[in-house]
Amino acid sequence: MMHGIQKKMTWGEGGLALAMAGLAVLSLLVAAKAYTTAYAFHAYLFAAASVAAVFAILNRYYERPAELPAQVIDGKPNYQLGPIKFATIAAVFWGIAGFLVGVIIASQLAYPVLNFDLPYTAFGRLRPLHTSAVIFAFGGNVLLATSFYVVQRTCRARIAGDLAPWFVVLGYNFFIVIAGTGYLLGITQGKEYAEPEWYSDLWLTIVWVVYLLVFLFTLAKREEPHIYVANWFYLAFIATVAVLHLVNNSAVPVSLFSPKSYIVWSGLQDAMVQWWYGHNAVGFFLTAGFLAIMYYFMPKRAERPVYSYRLSIIHFWALIFMYIWAGPHHLHYTALPDWAQTLGMTFSIMLWMPSWGGMINGLMTLSGAWDKLRTDPVLRMMVVSIAFYGMSTFEGPMMSIKAVNSLSHYTDWTIGHVHSGALGWVAYISFGAIYCLVPWLWNKREVYSLKLVNWHFWISTIGIVIYISSMWVAGILQGLMWRSYTKLGFLEYSFIETTEALHPMYVIRAIGGAMFLVGALIMAYNIYRTIVDGEPVKEASAKPALATGH
Amino acid sequence: MAHHDPVSAGKQTVWTRHQVFEKNSIILLIGILIAISIGGLVEIVPLFYLKSTIERVEGVRPLSPLELAGRNIYIREGCYNCHSQMIRPLRDEVERYGHYSLAAESMYDHPFQWGSKRTGPDIARVGGKYSDDWHRDHMRNPRSVVPASIMPGYPFLEQTPLSVPHIAEDLAVLALEGVPYSKEMIDNALSDLVTQGMAEDQNTAAFLKRYPKAQVRDLAAVQGRLTELDAVIAYLQQLGTQVDFKIYDDKANIR
Repeated sequence: MMHGIQKKMTWGEGGLALAMAGLAVLSLLVAAKAYTTAYAFHAYLFAAASVAAVFAILNRYYERPAELPAQVIDGKPNYQLGPIKFATIAAVFWGIAGFLVGVIIASQLAYPVLNFDLPYTAFGRLRPLHTSAVIFAFGGNVLLATSFYVVQRTCRARIAGDLAPWFVVLGYNFFIVIAGTGYLLGITQGKEYAEPEWYSDLWLTIVWVVYLLVFLFTLAKREEPHIYVANWFYLAFIATVAVLHLVNNSAVPVSLFSPKSYIVWSGLQDAMVQWWYGHNAVGFFLTAGFLAIMYYFMPKRAERPVYSYRLSIIHFWALIFMYIWAGPHHLHYTALPDWAQTLGMTFSIMLWMPSWGGMINGLMTLSGAWDKLRTDPVLRMMVVSIAFYGMSTFEGPMMSIKAVNSLSHYTDWTIGHVHSGALGWVAYISFGAIYCLVPWLWNKREVYSLKLVNWHFWISTIGIVIYISSMWVAGILQGLMWRSYTKLGFLEYSFIETTEALHPMYVIRAIGGAMFLVGALIMAYNIYRTIVDGEPVKEASAKPALATGH
Repeated sequence: MAHHDPVSAGKQTVWTRHQVFEKNSIILLIGILIAISIGGLVEIVPLFYLKSTIERVEGVRPLSPLELAGRNIYIREGCYNCHSQMIRPLRDEVERYGHYSLAAESMYDHPFQWGSKRTGPDIARVGGKYSDDWHRDHMRNPRSVVPASIMPGYPFLEQTPLSVPHIAEDLAVLALEGVPYSKEMIDNALSDLVTQGMAEDQNTAAFLKRYPKAQVRDLAAVQGRLTELDAVIAYLQQLGTQVDFKIYDDKANIR
């Protein structure tokens, strides 16, 4: 026992407990005077979560030894893994929830009776639940887990802050709960992929600023002279998402006691801001963040250095510079001025190059290790994800050409394109990372069953192919039917005839989505078994991959 | 090719210069922020001052309180997920839906509702195309009027009384954000809402002065009170009707 050291509450512990107590009081006040019961419900959730946080902080303080966790043990960094484990499990949970809602809404489009004529189960409220659950809940937790892992490993330093990483992970997941329940209760701003209302946005802002600070302070603590390339991408993702979030969600609440706010932007300017945000949610959340995952987990799993360091420099700066311009391709032929549309199209096409730079760097990392694809289904998953990344970053620039867009816009082609990126690229690189990460975090030699990974891979790959090809057919069919004329010069089809024509494709799509969900369930079982009774290792053998110059 | 180490050779190349970003997280962060700012600034800022961005056009007015309440329900139910409000200047769209959408027509929309997907048809000009009764049937059960429709039913809207006691605060916030709601409009918001939805004769003239060409009729007669469905119908029936395209001159806006 260390008698000499007196136990003291840190500023972080005391400050955060006080802030949370304050938030609890404020939430109760809001709940008492809330304009709507849904908002009162959210205020009570905030109050309950704040009280729970105060309790957890104090409890942790009384339980812990007088000394804070060591930065280094026996010359090795003492990594903090708790928040990473939480975010990893949360990612699997939210992923399955999000895929499930996806299958439900896909089925609703095939069989509208599944809307059940209730407000809480109608497509209009469930669709944002699906998009937010898969992008922000599943994708977001994958990014939190991997970024906290990668930044510690590649800096050879314990993560900055003691409570801060926990605050980020738990605070972020609380935001997810508020956002998701809000959609079901009809609380939404009505902006795609930015539906949460002003108070959820404020909460997320606080969480995100702490995230940025944790990341920067960990970089500052690093024992390596260079910041590893994956961390450039994580930093670009964190910083840019902060900028996008703040500008796109600028709003004036009707009252402190109302969940409703009005976005400060209007009409055309709001459209431009929204798709500047929306496209860069793709560019920085779903691309830069996941490229960071690629840059750490691919070389690790393949046991090969990154193919070209110089290529990673070029494609990093080119990618983040060009992505920002691409937003207007969501607004082709709208009331947005032509000059903005043309700029958006031009940069979208140019974006093809840095995107493929990333793809080449990822794929060629396998040079000399291609044989591993035969034996390692986890690596195969990651390689296929990079192939899908290449495919959808070719399709995207193509669809941003105005002539192509005039056909594809407003149709299911867009849905197909998004899912080739989301299922093929984002989800697959995430699955690959999770299959690597879980054994590392829980000190196991390997996942419970590579055979099950193989099953996951094949079932969901077939599911993706079914999904995206049915949506290509649906989109192009509907686009052509809308613009089809009879010989006498009349529109050939009424709108509802085009809807009817899509029914078979909607059924097929739902089947593809269901297969993807089944794959994810297999993964959840595999991960559960890995944690519970995977074969342990004495020493975590994972070491950070180092890139070499070419 | 032999591998030269530029550092030991003492030569500064672009690759060695890049190390300033690789070795300093704050410089890296600043570099990132500069790289991502340029595109957004170039594309967004001019839209606020270039005069040709939004057409000058007669007739566009802020939504009446009842229409605004309807719009908020439209947003709440996520209608924008399946219906666009943006007709593109393409032959088939103009023939199917009407005159292509002007920027001016959504200039008071906070947020915009142009949409991105047409699982259902565009509704930028749905106002006046169908009767109030058709909308009632359609919202209760879309398949009763369009048998192949895949739209969800919204029977609960007509069973839910319209409750917007704070609607004046909504108008005040929008006025703060630049929508031309006068003090008079804000002060009369609640009574204007009742006037439009219940056709109260004594107030109609004053209401119509504030909201020219707004439709006033006794929507409440159906259920004996104003419902959420009445507000949605009031919103839908004005969509795309504010600009009179018989007198609109698109050449006048070429600047």
